[in-house]
Amino acid sequence: MTDTSGFDDIPGTYLFNKDRCHEGYHLNMFCMSLMKAENREAFRSDEAAYLDQFPLLTLEQRRCVLERDWLGMIHVGGNIYYTSKLGATDGLSFQYLAGAMSGMTQEEYREMMIAGGRPINGNRSKSEKG
Amino acid sequence: MGRIVAGVGTSHVPAIGVAIDLGKTQEPYWKPLFDGYEPAREWLSKVEPDVVILVYNDHGTAFSLEVIPTFALGVAREFPPADEGWGPRPVPIVKGHPELAWHMAESLILNEFDITIVNEMSVDHGLTVPLSITCGEPKEWPFPVIPLAVNVVQYPPPTGRRCFDLGRSIRKAVDAYDEDLKVVIFGTGGMSHQLHGERAGVINKDFDQRFLNDLTQDPQRLVELPHIEYVREAGAEGIEMVMWLIMRGALGNDITEVYQNYHVPASNTATGLIILENNS
Repeated sequence: MTDTSGFDDIPGTYLFNKDRCHEGYHLNMFCMSLMKAENREAFRSDEAAYLDQFPLLTLEQRRCVLERDWLGMIHVGGNIYYTSKLGATDGLSFQYLAGAMSGMTQEEYREMMIAGGRPINGNRSKSEKG
Repeated sequence: MGRIVAGVGTSHVPAIGVAIDLGKTQEPYWKPLFDGYEPAREWLSKVEPDVVILVYNDHGTAFSLEVIPTFALGVAREFPPADEGWGPRPVPIVKGHPELAWHMAESLILNEFDITIVNEMSVDHGLTVPLSITCGEPKEWPFPVIPLAVNVVQYPPPTGRRCFDLGRSIRKAVDAYDEDLKVVIFGTGGMSHQLHGERAGVINKDFDQRFLNDLTQDPQRLVELPHIEYVREAGAEGIEMVMWLIMRGALGNDITEVYQNYHVPASNTATGLIILENNS
């Protein structure tokens, strides 16, 4: 078996490995469905009813979508390239989503990036973070 | 015979495409980045490649989690720009080069690189942004493009060594092509960035600059760099940089760096651009 547990030491990072692909498959494929304009419209008009078309979503995955819990989606197998399609449906930028997941406003996040980004020092390892 | 005359490494950040499409390239946020692209545009317009092989990754656009090809080569006559959720980018249709692409597919598979052959696919920002970066906003792209899509979204992506070796096999295939063709290969993606989780926004300038320099100075170090080093040091989505090693592998040992540019940030990402001419 391939062991990816070494990656778990990297703080605030969720490697999209086989377990996350498996857990998040239906969540990510729901997001993929929003690539079509008519689906975006159907979703916007009745979000809960639209989600009923994906009966294999867990209750927690549904909650994360309906409440736009962006970090929560990542915790239950969401992949950012897919959850960002839900973001695009809402008219939200990657910077907004990145801020939301890391507990910052879009403006704070944008300022951090202009200042050179989140420093790598202190962010390599959970032990380093303390 | 065909000849790979040069390699280009560049980021493919979607926000760069948006800045071009909305006419924002002269705004203070974007101007320094686009100023850095000018020399690359001049260089490419002088080289006038007959074909570009463009290595990139699809971001859940033409492919989704339904089917995840590790290496997918586009052999079609044309590739439409994709609707990524807000309508397709207003850029020209990408014309392919089916003759060379099919020759590459045959040559690669018979040389034991079992790539996926794609007859129909749309191309997302991963492919069109590098074209915009290096060509500006022409009515038609100035050369045909062979897309080579690499999985770097689902773990595990191919190793750096596998990417480098694929580049070498691509070079063999191009060398063995009947017609005289001047080919430039692009490796795209990166540089350091992380788009998800509490660590989103991480940037590592030292890692990036060493990566750029080692393309000429110590490619062997890069070939051996394990996935976890990219993820830890350059952010989870920084793993895209393995795709640059396909470009590097397609060049010989004797190369000359003719241009390098590095800028932070473009949206969430550190951006790099490098041009390597092939002397061998």
